[in-house]
Amino acid sequence: MEFISLISLTFIPLLIGFILIYGTIKQVPTYESFVEGGKEGIKIAVSIIPFLVGMLVAISIFRASGALDAIMDWFRPFMKMIGVPAEIVPLLLIRPISGTAALGMTSDLIAVYGPDSFIGRLASVLQGSTDTTFYVLTVYFGAVGIKKMGDALKVGLLADVVGIIVSIIVVAFIFGTK
Amino acid sequence: MVNYIWVGMTVIGIVFALFNGTIEDVNRAVFDGAKEAVTLCIGLISVLVFWLGMMRIAEESGLLEKLAKLFRPLVKILFPEVPVQHPAMGYMLSNMISNMFGLGNAATPLGIKAMEELKKLNGGKNSASRSMVTFLAINTASITIIPTTVIAIRMTYHSTSPTEIVVPTIIATILSAIGAVLIDRYFYYRRSRKG
Repeated sequence: MEFISLISLTFIPLLIGFILIYGTIKQVPTYESFVEGGKEGIKIAVSIIPFLVGMLVAISIFRASGALDAIMDWFRPFMKMIGVPAEIVPLLLIRPISGTAALGMTSDLIAVYGPDSFIGRLASVLQGSTDTTFYVLTVYFGAVGIKKMGDALKVGLLADVVGIIVSIIVVAFIFGTK
Repeated sequence: MVNYIWVGMTVIGIVFALFNGTIEDVNRAVFDGAKEAVTLCIGLISVLVFWLGMMRIAEESGLLEKLAKLFRPLVKILFPEVPVQHPAMGYMLSNMISNMFGLGNAATPLGIKAMEELKKLNGGKNSASRSMVTFLAINTASITIIPTTVIAIRMTYHSTSPTEIVVPTIIATILSAIGAVLIDRYFYYRRSRKG
């Protein structure tokens, strides 16, 4: 799987190079545009501080009290049967419901188990490859006044389940389960 | 919903700690958790500033638009009820491209615009049309090319290779999007058989 890691490594630098060359050919004031766009990045990073503080404090309390371990102990026998670490269960439960809670959970898992562990990598891929179904549904349907959602919720949640299964398989296949 | 989860985790944690004798750990957790959140956000600044700066160049040079055009034939198959020249098509494409490149803040207003147009196409009814369900399915499967936030978190916790998850994420995201489309089609055909 060396090859996949190599693509992962070169992909971003190549993309950066391509964007810069393309921008120069199209005579975009590249540096000025970069700075303008970058300002937005600061705004976003600062604006999520309160969300993350709230969520990470709640998760830290939940973990430090021992409640998180107790819940994982319930799930452990079942998760062991299907070969998935029980530590990932809280993230799976929260992912479709709240984006910041999931982000907090992911960073908590990465902090506790290490970014280069199976759990850390799985949390990373899960965070990137699934989205907050309930949020997307509420915002998009709410904004245009759709009251009857039809099959949207079912389809969205089933798609999340597929995403979770696929992520587990892909991570186990590429990095192994250590 | 988020409110209940948030209060639930905190209160259950505190009550559990009282019975479990871990109240001292909980005390520390409050301040450690808060501190960690701020550290994390500061770690995010670097990646977000750089990436959003890059994406601004991609946007102004017309690269994103060009990419949207490239995906048009594929999206046409996904939304057979939407006329190709309809504005809904353009909004949906821009929304998907923005999501792909981690521009969530730009994606949401575009997605809402797309929904408005889809509602017009559906005669302004307040029930979800076939295209709306498909659009939401693809959105919740969230096709990502660069998971910027995740890379930043991995950097903060000293990963030996923060970007090694890029290709696995792309593979997982594409497969789950295909899954979402298939599930959506299945439910559509079930609906149309019924009535």
